[in-house]
Amino acid sequence: MKFIVSAIITAALAFGFGLYFPWWTIVIAGMLTGFLIPQHWGLSFLAAFTGVFLLWGLIALFISVSNDHILAKRISMLVIKNSSPYLIILMTALIGGLTAGLSASTARSLLNLIKK
Amino acid sequence: MKYFIFLVSLLMNTALVYVLGTRSVLPLPLGSFLSVQEGVWQNAEPVDADFNASLRFDSLKGKVDVFLDDRLVPHVFAEQENDAYFVQGYLHAKFRLWQMEFQTHAAAGRVSEIVGEKAIHFDRNQRRMGIVYAAENALASMENDPQTISAIDAYTAGVNSYISSLKTGELPIEYKLLGYQPEKWTNLKSALFTKQMTQTLAGYDRDFEFTNALKLLGEENFRILYPSLPDSLYPVIAKGTVYNKPLAVLNPPASADSLYFKRTDTIQFVEDFKPNPSNGSNSWAVSGNKTQSGKPILSNDPHLGLTLPSIWFEIQLKTPSFNAYGVSFPGLPGVVIGFNDSISFGFTNAGRDVKDYYEIQFRDTDKKEYWFDSSWNPTSRRLEQIYIKNAKTVEDTVAYTVFGPVMYDKSFKTDLTAEKAYSLKWVAHDTSNILKMWLLLNRANNYTDYLEAIGHFNVPGQNMIFASKSGDIALWQQGNFPLRWNDQGLFVMPGTDSSYMWKGYIPHEENPHGFNPVEGYLSSANQRAADASYPYFMPGSYEVYRAITINRKLAAMNNITAKDMQLLQNNNYNVFAEDARPILLRYTIKEQLSVDEKKYLSLVTSWNLMNDATEKAPTCFTAWWDSLHAEVFNDDLVQDKMPIAKPEKFVLLEALERDSSFKFIDNNNTPNKEDLYQMVTVALQKASKMLASLEKENKLEWGQYKNTTVYHLLKTNAMAFAREGLMNGGGNGIINATQHDHGPSWRMVVEMTSPTNAYGVYPGGQSGNPGSKFYDNFIAQWAKGAYYKLWFMEAAEDGATCKWKMSFASK
Repeated sequence: MKFIVSAIITAALAFGFGLYFPWWTIVIAGMLTGFLIPQHWGLSFLAAFTGVFLLWGLIALFISVSNDHILAKRISMLVIKNSSPYLIILMTALIGGLTAGLSASTARSLLNLIKK
Repeated sequence: MKYFIFLVSLLMNTALVYVLGTRSVLPLPLGSFLSVQEGVWQNAEPVDADFNASLRFDSLKGKVDVFLDDRLVPHVFAEQENDAYFVQGYLHAKFRLWQMEFQTHAAAGRVSEIVGEKAIHFDRNQRRMGIVYAAENALASMENDPQTISAIDAYTAGVNSYISSLKTGELPIEYKLLGYQPEKWTNLKSALFTKQMTQTLAGYDRDFEFTNALKLLGEENFRILYPSLPDSLYPVIAKGTVYNKPLAVLNPPASADSLYFKRTDTIQFVEDFKPNPSNGSNSWAVSGNKTQSGKPILSNDPHLGLTLPSIWFEIQLKTPSFNAYGVSFPGLPGVVIGFNDSISFGFTNAGRDVKDYYEIQFRDTDKKEYWFDSSWNPTSRRLEQIYIKNAKTVEDTVAYTVFGPVMYDKSFKTDLTAEKAYSLKWVAHDTSNILKMWLLLNRANNYTDYLEAIGHFNVPGQNMIFASKSGDIALWQQGNFPLRWNDQGLFVMPGTDSSYMWKGYIPHEENPHGFNPVEGYLSSANQRAADASYPYFMPGSYEVYRAITINRKLAAMNNITAKDMQLLQNNNYNVFAEDARPILLRYTIKEQLSVDEKKYLSLVTSWNLMNDATEKAPTCFTAWWDSLHAEVFNDDLVQDKMPIAKPEKFVLLEALERDSSFKFIDNNNTPNKEDLYQMVTVALQKASKMLASLEKENKLEWGQYKNTTVYHLLKTNAMAFAREGLMNGGGNGIINATQHDHGPSWRMVVEMTSPTNAYGVYPGGQSGNPGSKFYDNFIAQWAKGAYYKLWFMEAAEDGATCKWKMSFASK
């Protein structure tokens, strides 16, 4: 339950920040849930990762499907030299997920250090 | 352990955010680039996107309704004329902002700001050519004309209204890719655009190459290799036309023989970024007595580099004073090629030489004084500051003489010695307001209005085709063409003496023209405008062969329909090969050929002379002829570090038709004396090697070999945004002038019936966004030679059938 709640909160914060601020504010979203929700650092990582992975992955998927993957084909060609929309969507989701996850685990493990 | 976990986590996190946020590790900052809320995903336009909008702007005087049809062509209905230009600016920016800015940055020599140090040489070349100086001069004249300045002010305001409404996510992809932001649009940028077009169309010259050729070959041989009149010339204005006597007979200066025609030295440096000599067009108008409808039909297809986003943007502008439809340049207000209620208009390039170089003697390396008319004269100096992404600003001081900017000196071309410098004299630097021509053409009702409009045009010289609903057809070669004595400006001229300066311009009324000719048609295809009886010296870079096919076809056609004109624009007949093939076949020594070589020979022999995409023979013929050209001329003309003009292909063909023992046939590098039989046979053998390797890769078919490609403006840096491998025919010297990355950038056929019956297509799409389905949706239609029916809306009520409506109003 805690896991799901922290995943949802990370995703919600990441989305909210993203409306007004640059992409890297998902670091803050990850850290905030890492600090606020007490759980094993590994679970903190996974929860934040899952939250933003799904957030970015689903948004990219939704955008790309309504675009008939026109752009995803071109961008995947540009970035990974291969016309593969789902790979670029996966890559997008991983970038968001990893950034949020590592931020959460950094915050959680810092807290563990301070609390002793 | 806890420390370890924290540190690892922190390090990985920092490293990740750093890598994703910078361009110094990966070529792209993938974090922001792929961010779903600010990155490229925001540029993925839904295929069912809704373009309806209701917008309010302070600067509008009245209401403007924009109806977007299913091809995303805007039909702009404005209550006030200037509001139409405001909205045109807004729409250009909405669909083409990055392109508009990039093209004008390139014109101004500011590419280094975007891509860094690799563009410094390009930027310096632009600045030293005086493009910004030319644009400033043009803008000054635009500002002097109330009609022009109010149109251009409105246009600029429209562009900027869009730019200020842009959110980060909506930035065009290329900004995200290259990592920069758009700046405000200015009137100067529109002027810069006109100068970029001038460079493209009137920026080609061979003064240095000709100077060296004359020195190396001597005058007699020079005239043989670079003749000014092809035997097969089919001039724009029919042969036999009687011209007025020239206003003045100009003689070369007394010193010309020693200082101009008999230079003692050659010029040893190579120019860069010369415009493609294939930049050109076809256009023709047929009068009502040759058409099925009894009304004139006008056709035009400008040949330019094929790019995405396209150079053209289709639009209709309806104001209280006119209703015009056609293609516009993103960057300029108005319709550039198109038609209105009463007339239609189009253009082909005149190809006349309006650009000369003068050799300057500086007093010393300061470049502050130069020798002119027996005294030291001060130069004016322009400091060019080239800002460079991630590097220190480069400064370049360009000296200006009485002729213009000193483009080439030792500071720019290190192969030059300190004493040698070359100043550029170019019509593009004159003050002029060419935009006025389009503002007037858009509202022209008849031939008289057309004449008044084109009087405002000075450069790049164009053949301006005209047809009206009242039944007139006309063509003027219009522009400011220098008055020159014979051979003036073919070679680099001495810059120390005013007697070598141009003597003004040929009066406009003396420019070649035609009006309702008895033949019933007028056409131009970048050939020399007039035959030898034209009383003025008219050097230039001209095409020979498209004009022959066009004239032959038009003369034979009657009862013409718009469909016939479309087919003619897509005609693949190779009239050059019609004359060249018999020579190749006659002089081949068949006994010396291998099996492969015989196979290519037989393909050429049985060819139907059509450059169709699926034919193999055009590839074989072209490779063979090019190989012969190189065999004949390379030993005479290719020199290290010394540019020499390559003779045109008509030169070799006509020389061989006249004389099979043409003096350049012998290869100077062998002790033997070669004859035409040996040369033609060796040429086939050499070409066959290339053809065999093409065949292995399955690329012998003309369309495969040519591999027609519409590149993105970032060329090979953005192949993901290009369209490669379009199978279509045509080629150099063919009416369908489609080459690898160059060709018909807009095909238009307009029948002057009521209602107007018009067709058009360009290889691109209305949107410049690679994430839009409207980015390249016209390409398939274009590649197969098909057209769209152009919907010329008469009244706003008809907009009900349109897909989307954007309403603009004042606040």
